[in-house]
Amino acid sequence: MNKVNVEWVIEKLLFISAISSSFIVFFIIIFMLHEGIPALAIGWDFFFGMDWSPSNNQFGIFPIVVSTFVVGIGSLLIAAFIGIPAAVYLAEFSPRWVHSIVKPCVEMLVGIPSIVLGFFGLMVLIPLIRDSLGGWGECILAGWIILAIMTLPHVISISEDSIRAVPKGFKEASVALGATELQTIRKVILPNARSGILASLILGMGNAIGETMAVLMVIGNPNIPWIPSSILEPVSVLTSVIVIGINYAVWGSMHQHALFAIGIVLFAIVAILNAITTTVIRKGVSR
Amino acid sequence: MKVRENVVKIGLCSTSLMAVAALFIVVAYVFFNGAGIINLSFLLESPYRFEYGGIFPQIIGSLCLVGICLLFAVPLGVASAIYLVEYAPDNIVTASVRFFIECLAGIPSIVIGLFGLVFLVYRLGLGISMLSGGLTLGFMILPWTVRASEEAIKTVPYSYMEASLALGASKWQSIYGVILKSAYPGIITGILLGMGKAMGETAVVLLTAGSGLESFLPQSILDPVASLPVYIYMLATQGHTEASYSRAFGASLVLITMFLIISMFAMFLRNRYITRNSGF
Repeated sequence: MNKVNVEWVIEKLLFISAISSSFIVFFIIIFMLHEGIPALAIGWDFFFGMDWSPSNNQFGIFPIVVSTFVVGIGSLLIAAFIGIPAAVYLAEFSPRWVHSIVKPCVEMLVGIPSIVLGFFGLMVLIPLIRDSLGGWGECILAGWIILAIMTLPHVISISEDSIRAVPKGFKEASVALGATELQTIRKVILPNARSGILASLILGMGNAIGETMAVLMVIGNPNIPWIPSSILEPVSVLTSVIVIGINYAVWGSMHQHALFAIGIVLFAIVAILNAITTTVIRKGVSR
Repeated sequence: MKVRENVVKIGLCSTSLMAVAALFIVVAYVFFNGAGIINLSFLLESPYRFEYGGIFPQIIGSLCLVGICLLFAVPLGVASAIYLVEYAPDNIVTASVRFFIECLAGIPSIVIGLFGLVFLVYRLGLGISMLSGGLTLGFMILPWTVRASEEAIKTVPYSYMEASLALGASKWQSIYGVILKSAYPGIITGILLGMGKAMGETAVVLLTAGSGLESFLPQSILDPVASLPVYIYMLATQGHTEASYSRAFGASLVLITMFLIISMFAMFLRNRYITRNSGF
């Protein structure tokens, strides 16, 4: 009888752990909303206002949102142009020894602390861009490159897995029909791995938009953001506005509420991207 | 035709080498700029302003923060994983628990940092402190701990459980004595990866734990604490002198080295685990 009781207690304790793990998300949502709603309540002028100037009590985040997407999408395109061919190579052509060197390197690249990467960008990329292309140096282009380095490993790993998941029979059938290896990859393997590759890109985009420190250090962060017209202009993104602003915002002021509201917007964007990823993967599996 | 195939192959190969090159360029650059400043006094002294002293409090602070983070996230994460794999009935509660833990993994770290700031620092009154920082880092790596532990527990063959139950062990005895014993290398690998993530995280620590330039060791868990990433951030963005940049490189090198040691250990553990388990 005693033994049964112990079992029962342990099961309940484990259950409570699982429930409390998931409750953290609830807490996050409730507290973020509680702090952010006064600014969200501004409505149109918050979401589509063109002026972000806390000292003048203007909190329009539209230019920041646009910059965030410009930075995120650009970095993703670079990561896709390098990452997808690299994934094809790793999955289809690489000899074992090359794979055993490249794969761990790619995995380590994920973990380089973002602050170190940002510092590297600040010391190397920015002078390089300033000297060769002009401008301030701190610009969208620098953000693209640094974020592409951070997104690349995710794109490579997930794309490689989804290319490997294409049944071998498909490839054999195509080769038996007289197609060359490259034709097979282009016409058979890649179309079948499409959903996985797409998922890796959307997930990478979510990571890029949520990334803070590395981007913050290379994009310039002008005090009054505007919609950029060239890739050599400095911009502010959602994450960098929060980190820089939170030091100056008086607790309880509209500025502080607006920063939390930006956090909610960021959360919403990333959540939507993640939801799309899940749908894409699920569709790919059911197909 | 053959020539074209080879050209494309070389092109594909060179893209994968670019990823490797990115890693090597960053690590080599940090190494060559940071190695010169590293000596015993840099590692064992306290910093003074931006340009003088060492990074001892920063190293200790980072280790303490990661320690608190693991003390929070590991027991909770492993317990949740055990529940989800071994006990959870297939119902709406389980599904929503899974869904929310997945959600937590998708929340950007800066948002978790904001939550730590409003909930732990202000609402619970813990202040900008080691405890706030460590717990917030714990919120961040919790979903990774759950996921890694789940994967590790799932790879243990079900026959182990059956054998243990058939010998008269209770369910919990089987889980504790058999399942966890076989799954622990996988769980530890997951924890190590989470640890690397927590150690390099800047935004969360910046908002909840301290300014990074503290030159003292924390006396209690309610004191603000310095940490390597925030120290690098401060020096890189507010130092503006050669001396502070070279200090930031030294600190980056220490941070990368700590991270590489952790992830190599994790890879080693995983490889040993895979070869051992594939022996059946």
